[in-house]
Amino acid sequence: MENLLSLFVKSIFVDNMIFAYFLGMCSYLAVSKNVKTAFGLGIAVIFVLLITVPVNYLLENYVLKADALMPGVDLSFLSFILFIAIIAAIVQLVEMVVERFSPSLYASLGIFLPLIAVNCAIMGASLFMQQREFINVGEATVYALGSGIGWLIAIVCLAAIREKMAYCNVPKPLRGLGITFITVGLMALAFMCFSGLKI
Amino acid sequence: MSLFSKENREAFLSPLWMNNPVTMQVLGICSALAVTVKLEPALVMGLSVTIIVAVANLVVSLLRNTIPNRIRIIVQLVVVAALVTIVSEVLKAFAYDVSVQLSVYVGLIITNCILMGRLEAFAMANGPWSSFLDGLGNGFGYAAILVVVAFVRELFSAGTLLGFKVIPDCVYEFGYMNNGLMLMPPMALILLGCIIWFQRAKNPELND
Repeated sequence: MENLLSLFVKSIFVDNMIFAYFLGMCSYLAVSKNVKTAFGLGIAVIFVLLITVPVNYLLENYVLKADALMPGVDLSFLSFILFIAIIAAIVQLVEMVVERFSPSLYASLGIFLPLIAVNCAIMGASLFMQQREFINVGEATVYALGSGIGWLIAIVCLAAIREKMAYCNVPKPLRGLGITFITVGLMALAFMCFSGLKI
Repeated sequence: MSLFSKENREAFLSPLWMNNPVTMQVLGICSALAVTVKLEPALVMGLSVTIIVAVANLVVSLLRNTIPNRIRIIVQLVVVAALVTIVSEVLKAFAYDVSVQLSVYVGLIITNCILMGRLEAFAMANGPWSSFLDGLGNGFGYAAILVVVAFVRELFSAGTLLGFKVIPDCVYEFGYMNNGLMLMPPMALILLGCIIWFQRAKNPELND
């Protein structure tokens, strides 16, 4: 239990997807213009991470690992293709289910869901899960939840700063993308103070 | 149409600077920042992405008339994933040390937005040869940014380039010190911000 809590906090603050690994940067920069849509995308990312990481964990451990399916068979070279196929399929599935059962949620998440299939944070979480060799599916799920929340915090913070920055007198060539990069860099510096954090 | 007509040269040259995938189209930032601590992995990463984006553009452009519109994303992902798997296995076989340094970022080339962006925007609408050139151009544009950022970071954080010492000892004796901050992830972001600043200051028509 203690272990899970520590993993959870670590994956939010210390191993933050954005500030420590730069994962999901493309949509992070593109969708952080206002807080409301940023929040919507963050929720969608958490949602998809929570489903895909445990599924890929089971796939990795019961099918792909050496000797998992049957002795002498090592399918781990297939992991990239299968992970991305699972992610694309689940995103499609989630989209249909959400559309059927909760039209209001679909209306708010709708446009973001297809984008998420190619969000590096989703694929990255699965690859880190593979690299870190979690001992059970619970750990993998907690890791997914933590990384998702970390991503949400990062994008909402940036969106809030950019909303305020619209009123600032930024040098012309730096406006837009340039100043956003520098802002993210400074935010990442601030997040580095968590790096010694232990629970 | 000749092999090096004006459109084809344009497809190859414009992504190198004026329409650079990283600084102008904001594609492929994730991996651009994470692999730039040292020059060597940055070069390998830039080369891998160039090969993958060029070949994927070629393949998808050849298939473009047979892919049903509704499932095109999945088809593109499968093409890319197959190529990435090949590159990753080749790296593991011939450049094991670098592949360990690149860790998950090789696998993440699959979700690199440059690939999906070029496939969607260019290869689905253009012939194989110009798509191939467009892929090469975008790959080199991406590699160029990676190399510039990695050059600055390695030079100031360790005083080396590609592992060779370039800052002589006598400079250290005068009290010069390596800048450990350059090793940290945030500096990659700030350096990239400065590159964008420089590019837009040089070309005012690119300003937002």
